[in-house]
Amino acid sequence: MIGIGVLRGMGVTFKTFLETYPWGRGLLRALRIPTTNGLVTVEYPDVKQQHHERFRYFPFLVYDQTPDNLRCVACKICEQECPPACIHIIGPAKDEQGRPAKAHGRTYPVEFDIDISVCMSCRICVDVCPFDAIEMDNQYELSGFDRFGQMVFNKDKLLKPNDYFQRIKPTEAATVDARLAAKKK
Amino acid sequence: MQELDQVFVNAKGWLLSLFPIGLRPWVSIAVSVGVIAAIAPFIMMYLTWLERKIIARMQNRFGPTRVGVYGLLQPISDGIKMLIKEDIVPRGADPLLHILAPILSLAPAILLFAVMPFGRNMIAADLNVGLLYLFAISSISSYSIFMGGWASRSKFSILGAMRGVAQIISYEVPGVLSVVAVIMITGTLSMVGIVEAQADQWFVFTPWGIVGCLMFFLSGVAEVNRTPFDMPEAESELVGGFHTEYSGMKFALWYMAEFLESFAICAFTTTLFLGGWQGPAVPFWVLGLLLAVIVATGTKLPAPIRSVGAAAMLGAAVLWRTQVIPSWAWFLAKTYALVFVLVWLRGTFPRLRVDQLMGLAWKFFLPLGLVNIVAAGIWWSLRETPWFGWIASAVVLALSAWALVLANKPEPLQPRTYIYAD
Ligand code: SF4
Ligand code: SF4
Repeated sequence: MIGIGVLRGMGVTFKTFLETYPWGRGLLRALRIPTTNGLVTVEYPDVKQQHHERFRYFPFLVYDQTPDNLRCVACKICEQECPPACIHIIGPAKDEQGRPAKAHGRTYPVEFDIDISVCMSCRICVDVCPFDAIEMDNQYELSGFDRFGQMVFNKDKLLKPNDYFQRIKPTEAATVDARLAAKKK
Repeated sequence: MQELDQVFVNAKGWLLSLFPIGLRPWVSIAVSVGVIAAIAPFIMMYLTWLERKIIARMQNRFGPTRVGVYGLLQPISDGIKMLIKEDIVPRGADPLLHILAPILSLAPAILLFAVMPFGRNMIAADLNVGLLYLFAISSISSYSIFMGGWASRSKFSILGAMRGVAQIISYEVPGVLSVVAVIMITGTLSMVGIVEAQADQWFVFTPWGIVGCLMFFLSGVAEVNRTPFDMPEAESELVGGFHTEYSGMKFALWYMAEFLESFAICAFTTTLFLGGWQGPAVPFWVLGLLLAVIVATGTKLPAPIRSVGAAAMLGAAVLWRTQVIPSWAWFLAKTYALVFVLVWLRGTFPRLRVDQLMGLAWKFFLPLGLVNIVAAGIWWSLRETPWFGWIASAVVLALSAWALVLANKPEPLQPRTYIYAD
């Protein structure tokens, strides 16, 4: 019949309309029509979505125990590999005679900045780092009013403990820890 | 219940009595104009809110929820935003026409309210040629659309405007034809006369009435460029059509005109076919009682629904019988029900193609409108034997609609043969 398809289409939208209201769902249930909860919107600032463990946003630097015990040795591989070139490293740190300064038996960067407004979350820096010193964070509420003051993260802002990494990404942290332990032996 | 029905009329009468006799006609005009000028923006603002809410729900979303409870203050904040936005006139545009066009489109939309019978005795101007006025005024919008498109000096605008003019002119024809049947039956062009003629039967419950109602409503939807007939402002093809180059309050004026016109279309469909401010005087309360019995005894439904449903039906029957519902409430309820249908159409259908759109007007609505006039004539001449007339006109309409559909059937697509590919 002509027009049945039109009416059927309108039926679909009307059912969806009803499904988004509790009374509408009640009505549909009373009429023995199977219903779903139509409202799939997560009202973001009030309700936060549970992200998947592998959700990633911007990188951070991992340290063990104390912040000066960071894993990064300032080899600058990530700086060179980063496609949009948003990592800036000064270092490794030198002492007065110009010899590499060491903390906990490793060289370390003087400055380590990531311009997160340029970073494209590609995770290449994590893949190329030979020391597992840089990992992906899952924080995303980072907006600010200042392009360079707030959007360029320096070393202080980037350093986060390994505990934090273990907390946000247990699976990945476990493999990294196992790899590091194997290396030590 | 007379008081509630006439509360607005009495309020106006009281206001008038404060003025000396000589001034009263002028004050009366001023009050009517003032009321319309005050409620029109209000209606428009909350139509946008309604539309956004309903569409959102149809798409599994919430719609505006942030500003005020249920987003009720959203239209106001939108209005403020529009007012403080920069007004950009493109270089090379005609600045005078550019500002005149949205004003010219808004003015007829508000003028339409003058002949809108909101309730018993609640009409600003009961013209004896009200229907003619309606069509004369509503066709001004094609000028304003073309003016806006032309003055913007932009290809998108001019394309949208040309489509708009073609569409509006095409759909005016079936729109007028569908109303001819109403004029034939009622013998009047006055809105009040037409509403009063529907006291014992809404025209939508006759075969020619339902066809005319659908045709008038759909032509109206096409005339005010709403989805699925929004060719002139098709976002995906024309950016914004004739209002691509508009910003700030001028843009808001375009939208205001569009929303007021859609409200007017719903209001006039209600007036012409759905009985206007009349409640269903036909023994609908009998139907209500019947439904109450059916709902109460329906064993398939759970008990609470049965009792609530039966109570609701019983209540509705009593309300209908005693006619406590004021006439303006009936009018607004029917109009807003049609507004819901309008939004519902928008939420359901994709935009038509230009050729489909024109084909619908010229190949289907136009002949059907002519047949509808004949059907109304048959219905009227056989009114002594009501059922026979009803069936005869229904048969005529059904047959011709079927024939039109058959005649307009597009050629089925043949499998393509590729000459050079083999
Ligand atoms: S995630 Fe990609 S873009 Fe961001 S810092 Fe690492 S390599 Fe650069
Ligand atoms: S984060 Fe890794 S790759 Fe980058 S400089 Fe430090 S150690 Fe080298």
